[in-house]
Amino acid sequence: MQSPVRFGIVVFPGSNCDHDAYHVCRKVLGQDAVFLWHKDPDLKDVDVVILPGGFSYGDYLRCGAIARFSPVMREVTRFAESGGPVLGICNGFQILVEAGLLPGVLLRNASLRFACKNVHIRVENPFTPFTTACAAGEVLTIPIAHGEGNYFADEETIHRIEENGQVAFRYCAPGGEITADSNPNGSLGNIAGIINERGNVLGMMPHPERAADPLLGFTDGQKVFASIIEHVLSRVTPGAVEEVAAVTGEKGRR
Amino acid sequence: MFRAVIQITLRPSILDPQGKAVAHAVGTLGVNGVRSVRMGKHVEVTFDGVSEDEARRATDEMCKKLLANPVMEDYRFTLEKVQ
Repeated sequence: MQSPVRFGIVVFPGSNCDHDAYHVCRKVLGQDAVFLWHKDPDLKDVDVVILPGGFSYGDYLRCGAIARFSPVMREVTRFAESGGPVLGICNGFQILVEAGLLPGVLLRNASLRFACKNVHIRVENPFTPFTTACAAGEVLTIPIAHGEGNYFADEETIHRIEENGQVAFRYCAPGGEITADSNPNGSLGNIAGIINERGNVLGMMPHPERAADPLLGFTDGQKVFASIIEHVLSRVTPGAVEEVAAVTGEKGRR
Repeated sequence: MFRAVIQITLRPSILDPQGKAVAHAVGTLGVNGVRSVRMGKHVEVTFDGVSEDEARRATDEMCKKLLANPVMEDYRFTLEKVQ
C-alpha cells in the first residue's frame, strides 16, 4: 500500500482550527499529520502544509500580519516556492496574503459583522491540486466563520487572477448562481478562494475541515483534502491515483 | 531620542465600512455637515541611540514591511526629537 500523505499543520499562538485539521487528516482520511510549531525551524518532511484558521497573535495590527514573521513561515515560503502544496484556511488565507504568497488582501466584512454560517461555494477551477475531486461548477456546502474575509485586490490584479483561472471558489446560491445575496462578506467577484499563479498555494475563507467528518453532517470539505492526497501521491509515483481512491475510499468521493 | 509618529490610513479606493458606520452615528448625534469619516491607525515608535537619519529609514522600512499593508493602506509619519 502507498504510504500515507504527511500533512504539516502550523500552530501559531491563537490558532484554533489546528486540531480540527489534524483530526480530519488522521482520523477521517487515515493520513499522517504532524503539528508544526510556529518557532520550528524546519517542516519535518511533510508533503503538504496547512495554515489553519484562528486568530494568530490575537489578530493584532492586521489579521495574519504578525504570523507571517514567524520563523516557520520562512520555511513555508521556501516550501511553496519549490512547488509544495500549501493550504491556508480562513486566518491561514489572511496569513498567505500578508506573506505575499497570494495576491490581494482580506478586508473587514462589508457588514462589519462576524459571519458564522454554512455557505455555498462554486468550484471555478477543478484543475488545481486542491479541487480535482470536484467537478467544474460543483456547489459545495462549507461553513465560514470570519470577520475579515472581504477579498479585495486592485483592478489589474483582479483581471489577472480571473484571466489565469486563479479563482478557485466563489460564494454562490444553492443552485450555483453567483448573486450579491450569496456573498457573505462583500468580496469582489464573490471570491471565496484563490490559488497562486503556479497553482500550488490555495487560500480560502470557508473551512473545509469543519465539513469533513460525517458526524458533523457535511462532508463536502473532504473533497479539498482528497484532491490534495491525490495530487501528492500522483506526484510521487505516476499511477498511484488508483491507490488514493483506495485510501480515501468512499469518504473522499461521492 | 527620536519619536516617529505614524498615521496609517486606508487608501482612498478602499471602502471603509467602519468609517461609514461612525459617520452614520455622527449623524444620529445631531452633528451636521459631516461628509465622510475615514478610520485609521496611529502608531508611535521611540528610538534611542540612533541618528535622525537612521530613525527615519527604520520607520520607513517598518511601515512598508509590517505596520501598513500597501495593498490597502497608505502611511505617513513625522519624526520628533524627545528628551
